[in-house]
Amino acid sequence: MGLSSFKRALWVFHIATGSCNGCDIEIVAALTPRYDVERFGIKLVGSPRHADVLLVTGPVTRPMAERLKRVYEQTPDPKAVVVVGGCGATSGVFYDSYNVVGPVDAIVPVAAYVPGCPPRPEAIIHGVVTAVAKIEAAAAGEKR
Amino acid sequence: MPDQVYEIPIGPIHPALKEPIRFTFKVEGERIRGVDIRPGFAHRGIEYMGMKRNLIQVLYLSERICGICSISHPITLTLAVERAAGIEVPPRAQYLRVIFAELERVHSHLLWAGVAAHELGFDTLLHLTWKVREKVLDLLEELSGNRIDYAIPIYGGVRRDITPEQVPQVEAMIRYYRGLLDELLDAFLRDPSVEARTRGVGVLAPEEADSLCAVGPTARASGLAKDVRQDRPYLVYGDLGVKAITPREWGLEPRGDVYDKAVVRLLEVGQSLDLIERCLVEMPEGEITSFPKIPALLAYLKKADGEGLGWHEAPRGEVIHYIRLEAGVEEPVVWKVKAPTYSNLMSWVPMFVDQEIADIPIIAASIDPCMCCMDRVHMVDASSEAMVQKEELLRLSRAKTERICRGGGPA
Repeated sequence: MGLSSFKRALWVFHIATGSCNGCDIEIVAALTPRYDVERFGIKLVGSPRHADVLLVTGPVTRPMAERLKRVYEQTPDPKAVVVVGGCGATSGVFYDSYNVVGPVDAIVPVAAYVPGCPPRPEAIIHGVVTAVAKIEAAAAGEKR
Repeated sequence: MPDQVYEIPIGPIHPALKEPIRFTFKVEGERIRGVDIRPGFAHRGIEYMGMKRNLIQVLYLSERICGICSISHPITLTLAVERAAGIEVPPRAQYLRVIFAELERVHSHLLWAGVAAHELGFDTLLHLTWKVREKVLDLLEELSGNRIDYAIPIYGGVRRDITPEQVPQVEAMIRYYRGLLDELLDAFLRDPSVEARTRGVGVLAPEEADSLCAVGPTARASGLAKDVRQDRPYLVYGDLGVKAITPREWGLEPRGDVYDKAVVRLLEVGQSLDLIERCLVEMPEGEITSFPKIPALLAYLKKADGEGLGWHEAPRGEVIHYIRLEAGVEEPVVWKVKAPTYSNLMSWVPMFVDQEIADIPIIAASIDPCMCCMDRVHMVDASSEAMVQKEELLRLSRAKTERICRGGGPA
């Protein structure tokens, strides 16, 4: 597995699968001057085909499950999925809904979870970095 | 082929959209001739879950209807439950709720201004507004303990007081934004490139706004002086004397375009600052809740019987919660939420018609849509693929009304 993309800037695609906007606005807050993730080379892109990391927010609603799977398949390897927020990790307060088929790891493999309702922007940055480090470590293990 | 009409689907996942929704545009060249909107992707069945949980749990659920309106929904729900159960709210708690509601309006309108600037391709302005927005988030964190989802209102009052030590911080925030507001107004409203991209774009005529029942800044930008805080005062808004802001306050005749929507929202930031300042001065000392102990509150609510309606002017417009409680049942028997975007959705249709494809993102953003607030009802007939149409729904609701009038009761 070639990991050259992770050695350079990390490009992130954000997909909301029925989230409440809380995590989504914290992701935008992470991009803007107070937290400014672009100084680490982390950048939000408009297409999963350009992305290294998928940021998934929200419990997965029934109509979004298939679309999440498709977005995951469109993302080129190597890739990492980071779940932002409690409801993506466990379905949270929405656990007993008829229209929620999540959590996210029931649909696509997840590399890192960022807990919180919503997590702080610092935690989101930490989550992205953790996921990438985990994939790099796994790839290094494969080589040996 | 200039007379050829093409269909362009946008969404539910698309870089121009922050939340899942699907538009199908009919375009002729660069011109939009029609639009079909398919919401429902963010529907989580919140009302259904609410009817299986006790009222305190419902309060936390209501906060997660939308992370941006996480004061508006709990305030409206508590107002509805307080009417249903006959609970009095101490005056200080009413002022505190107003302060938090207005802080939320400041953060939400600044958020919108940044998103709108981004949709115009003016990212410098996005970064400027989001940088200054952090100030109100810092204050909300200081007062409530969280940047988003504040858990402030509770049935009968609020959960946290503003201590005398915190008051100077609130005042400092007001001064900070007052000093910046002129700069922001300059950057948005006196900038020739912003004006060129927003003037005459996404026009909603006042008659259309009226007939399509638009609410909030979307209606006010078209010149309708509609504001729940003015028209049906609740909490202490009656004493504060809120006036609906239309572009006339900025010395312009309302045209209902994207520019006017920016005017209304930015001026409302100033209005909210004034309201917070007045609340700080006029707020009496005293209790912040009529039920300091949660078990006592739950026991009281379990005995309550009745129905209540709560309304509130959220940053995006009027939000309504309806609740029905039955004695001996912990869960609400009925809980219905009507979020502002639900009312504003149909105003997209006239706004998009005859506009250019390049203006889709800013027109879509101009009503400040909130899908997760809106995606409440999703009727699917399991026996067939067909969706239930408006006529059918109307027929069903008329039949039900007749049945109730005849004394049959709801089926």
